[in-house]
Amino acid sequence: MSRLAASFQDQKNFIAFVTANDPDLETTVANVVALAEGGADIVAIGIPFSDPVADGPVIQAADLRALRDPNLPIATIFEAVGKIREQTDVPLVFLVYLNVVLQYGYEAFAADCAKFGVDGLIIPDLPYEERDELAPITKAHGIDLIPLITVTSAQRIPMIAEAAEGFIYLVSSLGVTGEREQFAANLSDVAAEIKAVTTVPVAIGFGVHSASQAHDMAQLADGVIIGSACVKIVAEYGRQAPAKLKEYAATIKAAI
Amino acid sequence: METETKAGRFAGFGGQYLPETLMNEINRMAAAYEEAKDDADFQADFRTLLADYANRPSLLYFAENMTKDLGGAQIYFKREDLNHTGAHKINNVIGQALLAKKMGKTRLIAETGAGQHGVATATIAALFGMECEIFMGKEDTDRQRLNVYRMELLGAKVHAVTSGSMVLKDAINAALQDFAARPDDTFYVMGSATGPHPYPTMVKDFQSVISEESKAQLQDQIGQLPDYVVACVGGGSNAIGSFAHYLAEPSVHLVGVEAAGKGVDTNLTAATIEKGRLGVFHGMKSLFLQNEAGQINPVYSISAGLDYPGIGPEHAALAMEKRAEYVGITDDEAVAAFEYIAKQEGIIAAIESCHAVAYVQKLAPTLPKDQVIVCTFSGRGDKDVAAIAKYRGVEINE
Repeated sequence: MSRLAASFQDQKNFIAFVTANDPDLETTVANVVALAEGGADIVAIGIPFSDPVADGPVIQAADLRALRDPNLPIATIFEAVGKIREQTDVPLVFLVYLNVVLQYGYEAFAADCAKFGVDGLIIPDLPYEERDELAPITKAHGIDLIPLITVTSAQRIPMIAEAAEGFIYLVSSLGVTGEREQFAANLSDVAAEIKAVTTVPVAIGFGVHSASQAHDMAQLADGVIIGSACVKIVAEYGRQAPAKLKEYAATIKAAI
Repeated sequence: METETKAGRFAGFGGQYLPETLMNEINRMAAAYEEAKDDADFQADFRTLLADYANRPSLLYFAENMTKDLGGAQIYFKREDLNHTGAHKINNVIGQALLAKKMGKTRLIAETGAGQHGVATATIAALFGMECEIFMGKEDTDRQRLNVYRMELLGAKVHAVTSGSMVLKDAINAALQDFAARPDDTFYVMGSATGPHPYPTMVKDFQSVISEESKAQLQDQIGQLPDYVVACVGGGSNAIGSFAHYLAEPSVHLVGVEAAGKGVDTNLTAATIEKGRLGVFHGMKSLFLQNEAGQINPVYSISAGLDYPGIGPEHAALAMEKRAEYVGITDDEAVAAFEYIAKQEGIIAAIESCHAVAYVQKLAPTLPKDQVIVCTFSGRGDKDVAAIAKYRGVEINE
């Protein structure tokens, strides 16, 4: 069993998200460790991209901050993961756009994930139809390729669920990432449809920010993913973010 | 030669690299288009609108003065600038809007750079009585205020996109995001032969009327095939339309002219085939101007219609297979061609098209007089007059 699958064995998971190099890699390392200490069960690290089409304004702004130098070498993000691994065993996933993986090289990227301790990949612009170009390579390195299912997936759910590894990222709403007060009306039906066809855990993300929302979402699924709300804390507190993130993680973990 | 290997793939380029939210919608679009392609009623509606609304066929014009002046090959212009709304963009928009109607959509959205595709989309939305919203980078709304007002006159809402570098690629990001937020009633009318399947194939089919006509017109006028077909390339829709009916004619040389900006050896360029690398962006695998880490580079050209960091996947395949050749023309060369063609032939052509003209100026004198070049004029140049004046240091009050 992968480290990700094991994390869902006996508990609801809180999956936190921060963007790498926002505002610098040292802070990212401290942020991830603090989130884990606060109670995050899995931490997703966003690799910044120049054109994050699946992301809303908050994460777009984080990517811009992280890419003050657009030539930021991806290898330095792997090194930061190495430093995180000296301090915590929390399961880690990258949220990364496919072009960044392609330029690094599929084989090299998967190998470095394994080497530095990244357990899975969420790639928003790699749909089921195109996953075969990468999936055998990540599999060979024991890296889970985490698929997204959305409230528009409908008849696609069984095929995506069947190929799922690690966990399934259930997208709560149409559009892009960012805090919301309401989710798609058919969200609980979609969650149930997925649960009916697979035992792979399901975590709900996109729009979740408050403890009460996290509580509600955790009832529908096996976990909840919170991105923009964490990134907002980093935007506000900068290098002082770790302590705040730790508090926030504790609140969310207690709620689910 | 058929470059399309399987649906949406051109020798490994193309595909559908989209967020899951849009996959059902894009596949519905692909299926609807497959059906429409073989539907006699759909094709009849398309042809009728091209003829009665867009003013097709466009002229194939023998540029006698330019031919004499250059002293080499005979030069013909395919005059897409004479279409309604003044560019080739209308061909594609009519096709996609008809498909949107057939799919029961009520709202058209589009990205636009200089504004030509936005104007064409707003025009057809007005004609069809559909809601219309256009996404345009804030840099471009500032530079092209006239086109913004034109779209608003036509009833469209124009969004000034303030994310990223606030230009065409950011407008596409914003349009994709809007499409993902509202797929039920919305049809994204993509302006070039780019993006995920079915766009590159669909846009090529709708634009292939350009070469269907030019082939028949040249046959009528002088009874032969051209030796060269030359067209400018940004995303590549007028070029793929200009090439389509000649792909299976190996004697016809196909030349795509990219915007080299300040020069291909500078950072201020948009020459994707020459300087780009394999990548995945905006739903397709193709060539992109990007840095080592895979971040998409800002691009530059004097022509807002050509400053896109990628290229349609079929062009990437045609370049790799050496079926078509791609060359770069700088700002300086394009501006000189803009002035040359105005004085030689009395035509003010779009600065995009003038990249193709500039290459013809170099090519024609090297060829014997019995050879024939067909050069596509993708649009008219009224929109560029103020910018060219500024380039030459002339102050104009619009």
